Amino acid sequence: MCLAIPGRIETVSGADLLNRTAVVDFGGVKKQVSLACVPDAAVGQYVLVHAGLAINTVDEEEAARVFDLLREMGELDGGVSEKTWQRAMRR
Amino acid sequence: MKYIDEYRDGEAARKMARAIHGVVTRPWTIMEVCGGQTHSIARFGIEELLPSSLTIVHGPGCPVCVTPIEQIDRACALAARPGVTFCSFGDMLRVPGSRTDLLTVKSMGGDVRMVYSPTDAVEIARTNRDREVVFFAVGFETTAPANALAVRQAYTEGLTNFSILVSQVLVPPAMRTILSSPSNRVQGFLAAGHVCTVAGYAQYDALAAQYHVPIVVTGFEPLDILQGILMCVRQLEEGRAEVENQYARAVSRAGNVSAQAMMDEVFEVTTRAWRGIGQIEQSGLSLREKYKALNAEARFGLTAIHAAESGECESGLILQGVKKPPECAAFGTRCTPEHPLGATMVSSEGACAAYYRYKRR
Repeated sequence: MCLAIPGRIETVSGADLLNRTAVVDFGGVKKQVSLACVPDAAVGQYVLVHAGLAINTVDEEEAARVFDLLREMGELDGGVSEKTWQRAMRR
Repeated sequence: MKYIDEYRDGEAARKMARAIHGVVTRPWTIMEVCGGQTHSIARFGIEELLPSSLTIVHGPGCPVCVTPIEQIDRACALAARPGVTFCSFGDMLRVPGSRTDLLTVKSMGGDVRMVYSPTDAVEIARTNRDREVVFFAVGFETTAPANALAVRQAYTEGLTNFSILVSQVLVPPAMRTILSSPSNRVQGFLAAGHVCTVAGYAQYDALAAQYHVPIVVTGFEPLDILQGILMCVRQLEEGRAEVENQYARAVSRAGNVSAQAMMDEVFEVTTRAWRGIGQIEQSGLSLREKYKALNAEARFGLTAIHAAESGECESGLILQGVKKPPECAAFGTRCTPEHPLGATMVSSEGACAAYYRYKRR
């Protein structure tokens, strides 16, 4: 129910806040979305859309962080040894 | 799709899971609050990647599951009235009331429409002035701004044939109820990501401190959930109880203030009943005085009804993380998605339905 899907704003229309909408592209599927709760959102930005309403813009910098963390983990060979991991996955 | 596919990468997920194995030294029980997370955990087999000493229990974050049976009965009664067009999110249609459900009412001739957005219901009211259009406004903080926007649009346009049947609830009071229960087994929480997108997470500080429980705001994709679990067990192992944010690409501490203002303009906090759990103080929303003309309960004179639940359904214990779905005697036999005894078997985000679909062996 609280599903929200990220999509890219293609065009914006409507002047007053309550009726400001955008066409948002969700990997090829386009939908009309209300921008009433993201007054600063602009064309090209990604928004999270729930029940026809954009509930936030996606922070690109924050989105990349987990992949930096994974790279660090790779360098440190984080977690358990290969043997322990294989044993855990066989259970 | 950007911001989805990369968080479903199997290799990245395994790397994160391996890090969890490296941190856990003792048994811990963690609850994911949101039904969307429950669905992901079952769908992607996340529990299979975790150390066996780590138990994941599933929380009350499924609005479909916690909407009181009386409110379903009211919805069905309204939908059956001539002249009424009853609009609802699709997943509410099959939820059993005490006698019937909305889909059955529709098959008997009721004008029940499935909508994607509350503002779609407003559009139906605009173009059908001779019909009384009622929208079933269920949901948590995530959905409240969309429901509020529909109310504001109808109000400003003077649409006199639009109203809403409200069943809006708030997540933090339910988490408090779980933590204060004598049967509580939850030691750490993955807080519901999109609820926090709207409401922020400052409100969890008091809960974390009072019950000494780590709370990690967590997203919905496998990599998000595994990272949320890693952050949570790391806190548990180190004896910390802080509020942390795994889902920073979508959530800030203050939340979306525009969305909060939208909610606040239309709704005020009230005490509400949760299906399977009971009354929780200050755990829901109702329409403010200014918008009372749009309250379907008052408009149609819907009175208090008392309805009985199926005696066999244990969804209350499941929603509070006391039991897991297969521990219920009716699970998968007398209770299935085709013939559900309770709401947790209906919604795809209900723990029972998610287990039935992905985890039956």
